[in-house]
Amino acid sequence: MGVTGPRLQSTIFEKSRPGRGGGKVPHPPKDALERLPTAARRANPPALPELNELEVVRHYTNLSQLNFAIDTGFYPLGSCTMKYNPKVNEWAARLPGFAGLHPLAPDATAQGTLQVLWELEEILAEISGMQAVSLQPAAGAQGELTGILMIRAYHRSRGDADRLEVLVPDSSHGTNPATASMAGFKTITIASAPDGGVDLAAFRAALGPRTAAVMITNPSTLGLFEARIGDLLEAVHAAGALAYMDGANLNAILGRFKPGEAGFDVMHINTHKTFSTPHGGGGPGAGPVGVGARLVPFLPAPRVLREDDGSFRLERTGERPTSIGRLRSFVGNTGVLVRAYAYLLAHGADGLREVSDDAVLAANYLKTRLSGTYDIPYARHCKHEFVASAATIKRTTGVRTLDIAKRLLDYGFHPPTIYFPLIVEEAMLIEPTETEAIETLDAFAEALIAIAGEAAATPELVHEAPHSAPVRRLDEAAAARQPNLRWRPMTGAETPCPDI
Amino acid sequence: MPYGPHTPADRERMLEVIGVSSVDELFADIPAALRASRLDLPAGLSELELAAHLQALAARNRTDLASFLGAGAYRHFQPPAVDQILLRGEWYTAYTPYQPEVSQGTLQSIYEYQSLLAELVGLDVVSASHYDGAAATAEAALMACRATGRRRILVSRAVHRHYRETLATYLSGGDHQLVEIPAVLSGEAAGTTDLAELERLLADPSGPVAGVIAGQPNFYGLLEPMAEISRLAHAADALFVAVIEPVSLAVLAPPGAYGADIAAGEGQSLGIPAQYGGPYLGILATTDAQVRQIPGRLVGMTADLDGQRAFVMTMRAREQDIRRERAASNICTNQALLALAASVYLACLGPHGLRDVAALGAARAAELEAALRGVGAGRLHPGAYLNEFVLRVPDARSVHQRLLDRGVLAGLVMAEVEPDDPNLVDGLLVCATEVTTPDEIRRFADALGAELGGARWA
Amino acid sequence: MVPQDLRYTKDHEWVRLAGDVATVGVTKFAADQLGDIVFVELPAVGVSVAAFATFGVVESVKAVSDLFSPLSGVVTEINPALAGQPELVNGDPYGEGWMVKLKVADPTELAELLDPAAYDQLIAEA
Repeated sequence: MGVTGPRLQSTIFEKSRPGRGGGKVPHPPKDALERLPTAARRANPPALPELNELEVVRHYTNLSQLNFAIDTGFYPLGSCTMKYNPKVNEWAARLPGFAGLHPLAPDATAQGTLQVLWELEEILAEISGMQAVSLQPAAGAQGELTGILMIRAYHRSRGDADRLEVLVPDSSHGTNPATASMAGFKTITIASAPDGGVDLAAFRAALGPRTAAVMITNPSTLGLFEARIGDLLEAVHAAGALAYMDGANLNAILGRFKPGEAGFDVMHINTHKTFSTPHGGGGPGAGPVGVGARLVPFLPAPRVLREDDGSFRLERTGERPTSIGRLRSFVGNTGVLVRAYAYLLAHGADGLREVSDDAVLAANYLKTRLSGTYDIPYARHCKHEFVASAATIKRTTGVRTLDIAKRLLDYGFHPPTIYFPLIVEEAMLIEPTETEAIETLDAFAEALIAIAGEAAATPELVHEAPHSAPVRRLDEAAAARQPNLRWRPMTGAETPCPDI
Repeated sequence: MPYGPHTPADRERMLEVIGVSSVDELFADIPAALRASRLDLPAGLSELELAAHLQALAARNRTDLASFLGAGAYRHFQPPAVDQILLRGEWYTAYTPYQPEVSQGTLQSIYEYQSLLAELVGLDVVSASHYDGAAATAEAALMACRATGRRRILVSRAVHRHYRETLATYLSGGDHQLVEIPAVLSGEAAGTTDLAELERLLADPSGPVAGVIAGQPNFYGLLEPMAEISRLAHAADALFVAVIEPVSLAVLAPPGAYGADIAAGEGQSLGIPAQYGGPYLGILATTDAQVRQIPGRLVGMTADLDGQRAFVMTMRAREQDIRRERAASNICTNQALLALAASVYLACLGPHGLRDVAALGAARAAELEAALRGVGAGRLHPGAYLNEFVLRVPDARSVHQRLLDRGVLAGLVMAEVEPDDPNLVDGLLVCATEVTTPDEIRRFADALGAELGGARWA
Repeated sequence: MVPQDLRYTKDHEWVRLAGDVATVGVTKFAADQLGDIVFVELPAVGVSVAAFATFGVVESVKAVSDLFSPLSGVVTEINPALAGQPELVNGDPYGEGWMVKLKVADPTELAELLDPAAYDQLIAEA
């Protein structure tokens, strides 16, 4: 991220000149639109920019070079699992047979993709220890909503309509309570125990005839395995509730813990975390959901079915009335799922177990290397991620986690997840994943240690970081108070771009 | 493990520093009773074997058909520049831009996407994207409920079935109510939203309406009286949600022109391949008045400490990680890479190119209609359409199968997606776009003519 | 030391009561904790609020917080300046950054609140 990198770009609107571009499609016949009623016609063409292809390519190529990415550097982002995105997966998803297939194509013409989906369901069911899987949800959060809606359908089917509460630990990801609200539930937040795990007594006290479900992340968002999970699941089921597992941290437990076997009733998986599908700057992802036998009837429709002759088909409209229905159009983010499928086939059973072994090894290695310099609130062995804190550094130097994060950019690293989970002061949640070489891990640890030294000796350097990124710290307050969310022709009041 | 860098020496060194003798010690806290059974999966494949396997599977999908299938996902020409830009690792392996100083590429591209779509739909604010058109429509319905404080949503029966089903799922959360507005059954307006019925539903005192949802074009490809629907909705103090198709907005009046409060729709037509259903691009837009209700990410322009123009995710305190159970939506991951694809597509085509795509589709569809009429098959509805329409074909399901045997994918059998609708039992929803060729049209017409035992299209 | 003519809630709202008209805002402590305030969500005029119930939400760049009413009453005015200048809450929390005025039903509810010394102690311990 040196200062010699490409300059910032003006917007495509500023680069537009009337008459530029063209040549992508033939000219239509002049009367093509005459049969349309005037009332339905657009009065003025949309003010979209006109650029020729070279300008478009330069614009987007230069912009891309302003980005940090896995392909350029290390992201120790806790809870995100920023592992390498294999190129063969990109090639696979782009095979014309996969990429060009229409989602409503007759089943007989889609056997290749239907086989991929069916086999992927089987593989994910095996990994999660669940009975069946739906690949429909477009993201983890949509997977959560799917799971919670299935739980609601289950209780309603048993006449248990008063179960309107969902319990979550205070360390949970924000999507958990947001999902519960979307599904019409009230969230009860349970404070964690001093050791960072669930407070079993507090959960037991809150569980009762009004509880629909608990939502648990295991390992927790602190990167710690819930040792009391067996007792918790027992208590949940004894109260007549169901257990949802947030599978965001699945990278820690492949081949070591199968949530369905342990007693979870439903879980979602983030393919863009554990199974390497690319983040794309914020999406797309996919959030497959695995369920135990109790919830199978409620899975979203349509399911992928295998016939006796070995062929595959989709469920027909209305074929399974107990389904909670659809969360989206068509079958799912198939393009993303093809990438996950390729990843899983490349690993196999041993490869997947090694993924978790190495992820956990790398995290514990970093934790040990940093433990002299940063506060480590939970000293015991972590899983694939751990929380460090800059609380002492803040107290002694005034330098905060935010400043340390920004200074890491100058060292060429993306910061870890900061200020999450909420229960740790000045938190940094660090997850190296299994695909980073030990030299990278060492360089990262050394950078963090150096910054701690800077915090004591030259704190302004850290307070004002980053110094070598394409832009400096931003005025986020102004952005939120006077939102400028779309380009309008310059009025003179907007911040001008430097002259190109 | 195919992508792991650690040598045995690396692992030894890490174990030594940690102070354990094997990695199993790091998993010792998993209670013995809960340890996983063996992973019953085959061994991993080498990249060569994997590639061969995937190629064989892809080859089992048919790509040789003359396809007239639309119904919410459309065949369009994707300029190669789009995918080549998307293949840059700095775009597709980047994370969500929470650290704006090193994410200006992603952030500016999203701001430009928001701006491009705002122009196209004629509304003020566009979110950074939703999962797909159906989920965006569902979020639009929830927005209307929040904004008005009411619980009832009216949706036209002529909106895509998948969208109506998704609405039903999303609205099942609170005590919301979803009611269908019937379509007109006969006459000039057949297949469009029944305005008289809409008025009657809006007047029902027991259920004040939060929002009215209709599509343009609708699922049958027909053009709807959007301005009238908008007027009726507003007269009852309800919001109007327009479900749109972005390529058509190059030539059709946009939601902003007919007073829609919210626009939702599917952006797959903007340079995104069909991919058997996704990932696609959920478009969601609204007026300045409703900006605080819009869920999902928003990117805004600001300045850095040196006064340099820069972009940042803004109004973040609406989102799930901050609002938690009070968030309007649980959405976290969106469809950022697809928003980029749409932006690059629009940048490559420009306003004239996009108009040409829409107009070519209209021209081909008219040719298709004439060719099919020539062999004895006419449209089910008389009203105006852009590039998609329902063909009336007796015994549609088996005709469709026989045409498939002849290499023609004759659109969508309506009875499959609307099995309980007697008005659609003989319907095939067919579509033409700029990539439809006269040769394909001829093949369709000849094959259909042979099936119907009629004339050949000359 | 916080203003001596106000009373406080333990959730960091302040109230100034003059007759049966109460002016309500958040304290400097709260504003500092939240950081740069970007949006204040206030109720409509005419809405009734109960003591210690939420009457709105305040958002900063990275946080959100409910606003709890110190007293019961009916909203008679909301501060029109906050829509365009939410930063007034940071700059002048006890003056220009006021949020709502209530017509109070029962002025004796004031006794339930913290006096300035008690509030000073609360924030000292935080």
